Amino acid sequence: MDQINTKYGPRKAPEGQPLTCTTETTLKPEQLLELYRYLKLTRLVEERLVNLYRQTKVVGGVFRSLGQEATAVGSAYALQPEDFITPLIRDLGAVLVKGIRPREIFAQYMAKAWGPSGGRDLNIHFGDMQKGFIGPISHLGDMIPVMTGILLGARFQKKNFVGIAYIGDGGMSTGAFHEGLNFAAVQRLPLIVVAEHNHYAYSTPTSLQTAVKDLAEKAAGYGIPAHIVDGNDVIACYEVTKLAADYARRGNGAVLIEAKTYRRKGHAEHDDQRYVGAGEIEWWEQNNDPVDRFEKYLLESGVTQPQLDTITADVVREIDEDCAWAESSPMPEPEQAAYNVFDNSIVSPSFRPKVLES
Amino acid sequence: MSTTLKKEHKSARPERGGQATMVEAIRQGIWEEMERDPTVFVIGEDVGAYGGAFKVTDGLIDQFGKERVIDTPISEGAIVGAACGAALMGMRPVAEFQFIDFISAGFDLLTNYAAKCRYRWGAGLPTVFRGPCGSGVRSGPFHSLNAEAFFLNTAGLKIVEPSTAYDAKGLIKAAIRDPDPVLYFEHKKLYRLPRLREELPPDDYIVEIGKARVARTGRDLSIITFGAMVLTALDAAEELEREGLDVEVIDLRTLAPLDKTAILASVKKTSKAIVLHEASRTGGIGGEIAALLAEEAFEWLDAPVVRIASIDTPVPYSPPLEDYYLPQTKDVVDGARKLAAY
Repeated sequence: MDQINTKYGPRKAPEGQPLTCTTETTLKPEQLLELYRYLKLTRLVEERLVNLYRQTKVVGGVFRSLGQEATAVGSAYALQPEDFITPLIRDLGAVLVKGIRPREIFAQYMAKAWGPSGGRDLNIHFGDMQKGFIGPISHLGDMIPVMTGILLGARFQKKNFVGIAYIGDGGMSTGAFHEGLNFAAVQRLPLIVVAEHNHYAYSTPTSLQTAVKDLAEKAAGYGIPAHIVDGNDVIACYEVTKLAADYARRGNGAVLIEAKTYRRKGHAEHDDQRYVGAGEIEWWEQNNDPVDRFEKYLLESGVTQPQLDTITADVVREIDEDCAWAESSPMPEPEQAAYNVFDNSIVSPSFRPKVLES
Repeated sequence: MSTTLKKEHKSARPERGGQATMVEAIRQGIWEEMERDPTVFVIGEDVGAYGGAFKVTDGLIDQFGKERVIDTPISEGAIVGAACGAALMGMRPVAEFQFIDFISAGFDLLTNYAAKCRYRWGAGLPTVFRGPCGSGVRSGPFHSLNAEAFFLNTAGLKIVEPSTAYDAKGLIKAAIRDPDPVLYFEHKKLYRLPRLREELPPDDYIVEIGKARVARTGRDLSIITFGAMVLTALDAAEELEREGLDVEVIDLRTLAPLDKTAILASVKKTSKAIVLHEASRTGGIGGEIAALLAEEAFEWLDAPVVRIASIDTPVPYSPPLEDYYLPQTKDVVDGARKLAAY
């Protein structure tokens, strides 16, 4: 394997032609439609979250992955059910691909009792070990060593699965990123780091984040191979992750994938993006939208518009149902705040929270 | 480069029980838990062939192999994070900090990931984070730390620190079996102290986390302390006994969650309390205990609570400086005399 493989990297569109997706794919037609479903689900769940936010039903912030959904969806879709992911906030698509239902996401954002964390934590900050999903914490980079530990645990148990830890151009500057990836590389653990180069960490451009040109260059410092992929080409993201997963699964160790993409929304809904150059967002919206590109690819390959419309209608129906379910959830009972710091069965009675004392 | 090691070193399996120093007691405890439970493993810097900077894990690699005794890069963040991840998979990691001073480099993952995981999504992390703490051994500002106060204000971490070989073994075994993260602090001055050598029972015992111990029974005054300061308190108590003062010494053993019952029972009996610890005074655990006594034992107190702790400086290196920094037996004796006369 070359040090940096650019086979699936971004390419210019032919003159006068809009961008589409790579045609070199092993995906079957029904898989392509499933990918489309996840892309639309991700975008429309987020749009619903924005609506809920504007209705003041979301307690915290809303974090969008608009314009970069293909990276999360395509990469997670390349995994086996037993594989693990630990996403960042902009990887809702990967979370949905791993089988987390929109209702869980809605309930989390609205801080409801029926959410997986029971209102104790926000958005995708939870996990589901059965589905191979470990939610992030706000401290970027921390999940790289945690996923390294997941894979170390799996090796003890003779389980041969791989794990994707997502990171961004900002998160790669943290010490935890370095410590985790270095350890995974030394131990030859099957860790796939998907680094989403979306140009901004909150307001900070990548040029103020790192002196390398491509984030993929950082792989050399860990003695591991890297790929550069067009992060807005969902098929390329799938194919490159499949390559990386095969490589890792065969016992070759960690891999870094740099996905070139672009964050069209601010850090969160409140962010006015005053730091973005004029016309930049509009250019990406008009010329390099991952959903548009994939729709064009599908239509050119013989899928019909009514087929796509049927998928979208089904996604909307699921979102309506799940949103209604989440809205019908009560808020948590206040005293639930006092539970579950420790496994309460063994907390010394004298130190139990007052509400637990008889 | 030679492929044979300079020294062919094989450690025999430690005895189960028998005469043991504190370091041997901790090793026995880890060893027995690794034999009992295949999910227990050791991870840290130089813990394998070298056996750890203080030889706590000596011999484990010969018995259990490098799969279960993992040498890591110099990377406390990786050690803590990997321990958390492995624990999510159902493993029971025993992670070593080479010196507890270096826990600061793992602070983020300890306080944000390990401590909050169960609360956030019900994923308890059965992890032990252990290492040598403590001053008085001329090791200077970066190898002498007592770190408990950094963590007392973080919900989700248990903290223990033994002062006897028996407790060291019982607490490490309890910590390994605990379903939540436990910080296990080992005072390096006590590791091989002949005074602490004692006969350990051959049976499989644990010391329950959250329970203090009465190290010395008395009726005139309580000294509430832990770790190496238990010995200082006992020395002071012996000296005071000759003056007719009957001092009780409470060895906390667990610092979080605190054994309020034991602390209050002792002070309600003696009505006078000294809180003694090695870490700096300001923001130390002594303030928490003094506040507890003010809130819940006010009616029983015959005098103000006295805190005796190190001065608010880094731990200095040179012996005269470090002796000035640390509470000495004489300081405790003087404090107790004044308190008794109040």
